[in-house]
Parts: sequence; structure tokens; C-alpha cells
Amino acid sequence: MYVAVKGGARAIENAHAWLAEERRGDPGVAELSVAQIRGQLTLAVDRVMAEGSLYDPDLAALAIKQARGDLIEAIFLIRAYRTTLPRLGATLPVDTGAMACDRRISATFKDLPGGQVLGPTFDYTHRLLDFKLAAEAAQPEAERAAPDLRPKPRVTEFLNQEGLIQDEAKAEDAPPDLTRAPLEFPACRALRQQALTRGDEGFVLGMAYSTQRGYGRNHAFVGELRIGTCSVEMEIPELGFAVEIGEVEVTECETVNQFAGSKTEPAQFTRGYGLVFGHGERKAISMALVDRALRWRELGEDDTGAPAQDEEFVLQHADNIQATGFLEHIKLPHYVDFQSEIELVRKLRAAAGEAPDD
Amino acid sequence: MSPLLQVEGVTKRYGARIGCEGVGFDLWPGEVMGIVGESGSGKSTLLGCLAGHLTPDTGRILYDAGAGSGAQDVTAMPEAARRRLLRTDWAFVHQNPRDGLRMNVSAGGNVGERLMAVGARNYGAIRARAGDWLGRVEIDGARMDDRPSAFSGGMQQRLQIARNLVSGPRLVFMDEPTGGLDVSVQARLLDLLRGLVRDMGLSAVIVTHDLAVVRLLADRLMVMKSGRVVETGLTDQVLDDPQHPYSQLLVSSVLQV
Amino acid sequence: MTDGMQDYNFAYLDEETKRMIRRALLKALAIPGYQVPFASREMPMPYGWGTGGVQVTAACLVPEDRLKVIDQGADDTTNAVSIRGFFARTAGVATTERTAEATLIQTRHRIPETPLREGQILVYQVPIPEPLRFLEPRETETRRMHALEDYGLMHVKLYEDIARHGAISTSYAYPVKVAGRYVMDPSPIPKFDNPKLESPAIQLFGAGREQRIYAVPPYTRVVSLDFEDHPFEASKPDHPCALCGATDSYLDEVITDDTGARMFVCSDTDYCAGRRAEGAA
Repeated sequence: MYVAVKGGARAIENAHAWLAEERRGDPGVAELSVAQIRGQLTLAVDRVMAEGSLYDPDLAALAIKQARGDLIEAIFLIRAYRTTLPRLGATLPVDTGAMACDRRISATFKDLPGGQVLGPTFDYTHRLLDFKLAAEAAQPEAERAAPDLRPKPRVTEFLNQEGLIQDEAKAEDAPPDLTRAPLEFPACRALRQQALTRGDEGFVLGMAYSTQRGYGRNHAFVGELRIGTCSVEMEIPELGFAVEIGEVEVTECETVNQFAGSKTEPAQFTRGYGLVFGHGERKAISMALVDRALRWRELGEDDTGAPAQDEEFVLQHADNIQATGFLEHIKLPHYVDFQSEIELVRKLRAAAGEAPDD
Repeated sequence: MSPLLQVEGVTKRYGARIGCEGVGFDLWPGEVMGIVGESGSGKSTLLGCLAGHLTPDTGRILYDAGAGSGAQDVTAMPEAARRRLLRTDWAFVHQNPRDGLRMNVSAGGNVGERLMAVGARNYGAIRARAGDWLGRVEIDGARMDDRPSAFSGGMQQRLQIARNLVSGPRLVFMDEPTGGLDVSVQARLLDLLRGLVRDMGLSAVIVTHDLAVVRLLADRLMVMKSGRVVETGLTDQVLDDPQHPYSQLLVSSVLQV
Repeated sequence: MTDGMQDYNFAYLDEETKRMIRRALLKALAIPGYQVPFASREMPMPYGWGTGGVQVTAACLVPEDRLKVIDQGADDTTNAVSIRGFFARTAGVATTERTAEATLIQTRHRIPETPLREGQILVYQVPIPEPLRFLEPRETETRRMHALEDYGLMHVKLYEDIARHGAISTSYAYPVKVAGRYVMDPSPIPKFDNPKLESPAIQLFGAGREQRIYAVPPYTRVVSLDFEDHPFEASKPDHPCALCGATDSYLDEVITDDTGARMFVCSDTDYCAGRRAEGAA
């Protein structure tokens, strides 16, 4: 006699045990420490912090270890943890103009106040596998310059002095919080940028790339890209003034885009803006391009039907935790829905078989 | 008898540019009003305002739905009431049938939609009405389950007309209904439209740059230039004896046939 | 995670979040069938695996509750086991497999065969809450269609089904009209279950990823959309259950060997086991 498959609980426990063993790998090889991940896989840690929306390199490194290096899984762990934390308040906006820059480049001006700082970049490396790394040789220490303390005002501010670039309106209200209120459309720019900064790097990159190839083209130049640390300040109501509560490393990109103008308004460049936690310049530049593409309505441009101009399309599909969950859920049993489909197809086929040929 | 539609001082601007300005006219039951002018004259903006696709900056558009309810300002109507009007009493024929049809829905479904929107729930009856209307616009009933993408341009336009008229509207807006069609197809469509307008006693506002269309369909004519009405009168009167220099230019620039 | 759970609040979510969800639930009950946006949280299980249902359950649970969780009608499918375990651990509530004994039932894709009674809550996991979504992808547009009760397009879809297949070819997630106003997606339950949507129990629907909650209050009229001459039919495979002999329950088809031999058994495992215990078949 048929007995329905039982033992779901047992199967799950066994699967977890096996997973733990796979995570550890060959016990003859030293175990990876969280400190090693945090110190040596920093760009992975940064991505998990950015898309997990939680600035905590230790937790991000732990999540990467727990997720066996699957970054989307690690981001998911961080998000699930983050959501249980109370929201105590909002910090003041971070002043990226006062950033202590490790890297600061402009593609629009050869030289500028504060200078160009190349920083730790892959940009001009030749992508040749470095077998010395496999030999685990000690790395000679890089030569160190004296700290560059010159102020580095933002490039777009120079253009703004001449009125060459469109001014960004100061937001009157506190920006909405995507994690505390449901996303509703149309979304304001602050909300769009929140969705983009925690959006999947691959998705945002693909969207940005599509604008470069003509689907919502907006002729972006990297006005400035800067990476460094900024202090985070919070106003404490009991004190009545702001105190520094820590610092974060961020990557900021401001693009200078095609100008808009009409008979009544003189031509002006426009801007796109990207800001992400950690060192993530690919993501920051992508975000700036997509941010700019989504501003078509406000800037009086045409809707060309490009995916990157479609706010609902971009924002509804940028979140990799939502996407991967829904995608992977089709692994779950669907016996019931499938059964009703089988039955319908059989019925329709039977009805077709009965119909006289014509 | 009172006018079906009273248009008073309708103005629509795009920033500093004028779409249309200070347009007013009355449309009487069973009357067809033609609006002519070159592209950019504001005729499409005006039509958009009248049909509720655009919100005029100033002005009133009073519609008398009959049944003693009196004339109501369409621009001040709640959205739900305006939408109900758009799918029952009013109809809109787009220049491009793709804008007025659901291209991925069968011809029968396209015609049946307005019936279902107002509560028709009998499949057989909906299908019968759709079949009847396909016949009236000279589409073979055997094509009822085909999608419009399989139809020629002229058939698509006739299907759009059937989809609009199936609910028995009182007022039809048409935007260049024969634009983009071959000349021979245009003539057939005009004939069909003239028959339907007459048989159903429809009131209509037709926007076109083609004077032959208004000659055949319109009782009265408004000539627009730079957003303003420069001349208005009976169709024959305006076409045969234009008063405004712009109307004269418009009429003389058309080959007489 | 096994030991760390005492660090979390009762039923995992913090009280602030539960209050937010309860407000959405009350609004949903006040406007039957209307999709209330809510600030869905990331849960420790993936989106698409019942996060909406889990949040609704978490917001409703009290320590006295007796919880039942089913997936595809069965208590022992892996995801049902996982969610039941989650609440047993985070809320410490009693669990049961008996429909009649449960005070709160979380379900995916089925309504239990045993009729529900007053005082019970049925929580559905919902993947796509918007019944108009596959006709109109844009959220701004579908919300407007609901607001204006502009449902002609829904019937166009049913019309097209009949024109093409001779029958309405929706077999699950079959759209319904609730209390004569809102068209609602009942979640992917087979249409066999649609008549059970008119119930003495409270029915709550949670869509986590899509951030929507909606509800059907007890004794609310729920009508499956159809045509007068093609009426809705709550169909199921035309067999009795091979285990308990029931002819009134929804059946799973099980392939029993590699020659394609198959049998039909109740998808509701509790219903089937109960009938067999009573000596049926």
C-alpha cells in the first residue's frame, strides 16, 4: 500500500549538517577566520555591507563565511539580522565634501583643487594572474606619502558657481525610509536612490550599461569619483547638538550629464548621483547613471520606453534578496497548482477529442 | 433642445507655449464638428482637453448626459465618473489603431470589452453583439477570434470603430481617423463612418488636416491657427467662401477635386 | 541559530513591527479584498517562501494559540515543517496537525477540507497579490483600476480563454470578487477551494515581497468571476482518494512506478488520516 513521503523534519536536519560540513571543507586545510575575510576580502565585505544596508564589516565577514562565499546569501543574512534592529533615529547627512579621500578622480578636469588621487585601484593593473600570490609570499609594504590634507571641494560645485550645472534642490522633509514604509509609486528621488544603493550590483550595472548603449542615453561623464571615510554625526535631543558617533567608508560618484535647456531656460548640465557603503566604484557609477535616467520626467525629457527610465521596472527588480527568493521559491512543492493544471489540460484535450473534425 | 456639449474658454499651455487658447463652441445632438488646421495649430491639444485626456488650465466643458441631470462640467468631475463616461457615452477613435486597440486580444474581445466593462456577463450575448458589430464595419465574422495584428491597417481602423461604437455612445471624438491609410481605403472608411454617424444619430468632433474628410462628414467647421480659432461656420460656407486669410490659404492649398 | 533564538522577541518580530502589521490587518478587514501596503520586513526565510504569511502569523499569535502549518494541504512537507518549527522555537506555542484543534492555520496553496469555524484564523502565503498583474504590469495603473472598479479587462481575459480553449483556463489563483467590490487573488489555491472562501473563520492574506496584506472577514460574500453561460465550476480529479475513499476532497496525483501507473490521494493529510482513523475505506 502507498504511504505518503514523510520525514520532512529529519531531512531538513540532515541537510543542515551536510551543509555545515561542506562549508568547512577539507579539515586538513586551516579554517578561514572572520578576521581574514574582513581584512583580505574587503571588496566582498563592502558589497555585502552596501547591499545588506548595514555598516558592520565584522558581521559582513561572518555572513560571507557562513554563506560559503555566496554574496547574495551573505547579504540576505545581514538583511534578516538588520530588520530585527530597532531604528533609534537618523544621523545628519554625511558631508562627503569633507571626506578623507583614499581615491579621488575626475574625468572632466585634468587638474583641480585638491588634486587627483589615484588610490588603490585595479584600473591600470594588467589583468595577468599573479602566481606570486599562490606562493603566499610576504607582500612588500607600499611606499607611503605624507597624508594629503588639502581640502577637496566637489567638482560639481565649480560648475555650479558658473551656473553651468543644474542646482540640486534641498530636500525639505526628512527622506522616507524604504525599510520602514512600503515602496509606493511614483517614488521620490530619495527613495529611488535608497533602492538603488541597496540594489543588486549586477542589476544596476546592467541597467546603467543599457543607458550607455542607447536605451535612455544621457551622455554621462564621471565628474568626480571619491572613496574615503566620512564622519557620521547624530543630533542628540537631550544635548541639543550633534556628536560624532563613528565613521564610515563610502564611495561617491557624481556624473555630469547632457545638458537640458529651452528658449526660456539657458542650457545647463544635469547630474546623476551614486553613493554606496565601502569601496564600490562600479556600483556607485552605475547608480549615478541609473539615477540620472530615472529623472527624465523632472528634467522634461522624453520617455523613450527604455527600461532604465521605467521607475517601476527598475525599483521593483533591483533588490536581489526579493529576486532570489521569488526565483528560487519555484523549487518549493507546487503539486496542488500543477495538479489543477494537469486536470485542466486533460479536460481540454478530451473536449477537443470529442469535437467533430472540420 | 439644449446643446450636448458646451465648450467655454478652454486654454491649455505647455510652459510658455500655447497649446490652445480661449476656445469655445456648442455642439448639438446629432451634429458633427470638424476642426481643421495644420500640425501645431492646437487642434489635437483641444481634442485631448475635450476628451478628458488632458486637463485644461482654464475653461469649462459642459456635457449634458440627458435624463434631466443637466449639463455637468467634465473637467470638475470625479475621476470615476469621468471614466464611466469615457467607456459608455463617449468614444475616442485614435489616428493609429494600435493606440485604440488591444493588439494581443482577439477582435471579438476588443469589441466586447466595453460591454463587459459595464457589466455584460453572458458570453454568448457578448459574442453575438461583437459579431453583429464586426459585420457593420465590414469585417468577416470568421475573423472574430483573430488578433488585430493579423489585420490590415484599414481593417484595424474599422475594428477600432466597432470597439468604440458597440456601447452605443452619443459623442465620438476622432483624431485624424483616416490618417495613415491608402487613399482607396480612406474613401471606404469615410463612407462607412458617414453611414454610422447618420444611422446612429451620433454627435462627433473630428480633428483632421484633410479637408476632404470634413467636407464629407462635418456639418460645421472650426479653423485653428497657433492655438486659436480663426474662423468658424457651416462646412460648405467655410470651404467655399473662406473669410480669414489663413482659411483661404488652407483651402487654396488643396487640389480641387 | 538554534540557541540564539531566546534573544528574539515573542514570535520573532519586535512589537513595533507587529503593531504596524496589525494596523494593516485591521484596515484590510475593514475593506474586504483591498490590498493594504505594509512595510514588510526581511525575514530569516527567503522571499517567496511564505514571508508574508509568517509576518501575519507572527502579528496574530498569542501564547495560548495552537498553530497548524500546511503546504499543499500537507503538514509534513518541508516548508511547512520549517515554518512550524520556526514558531515553535520563537513563540513556544503549541502546534497541531488537526485542523479542528488549531486556532491559527498558516497555509500555502490550500484551504483545509474540514470546515473552519468561528474563532479560527486562516493565514495565506501569497506570491503575487495583484489579480490584474499579468494583464497590466504597472502597479500605479492596477491600483487605479481597483480604485475606479475598472475590471473590464479581467473579463476580457476570461472571454479570451473561452474563445481560445472553450473554457476558462484558470485552474488555480482563480480571481474572485469580494463583498461586491474588490477583485482579489485568493493565492494559488486550486479553484476547487474557491467556494470555501466564504467561511466563518477570519482569512488573512500576506504577501511579503510585494508588501501587501488583504483579508476576507467571516461570512463575507466571495464570488468567483465567470459568465452566466460559462459558470464557475469547482472541479477536481474525478476519482476517490485511494487511501480513505473520500470523494469530496482535493487529490494529489502520485506516480507509483516507472510505467506511469498512478494513484490519487487526498492533498489534505489531516483530513485523510482522520477519515482512516474513523475507519473509512
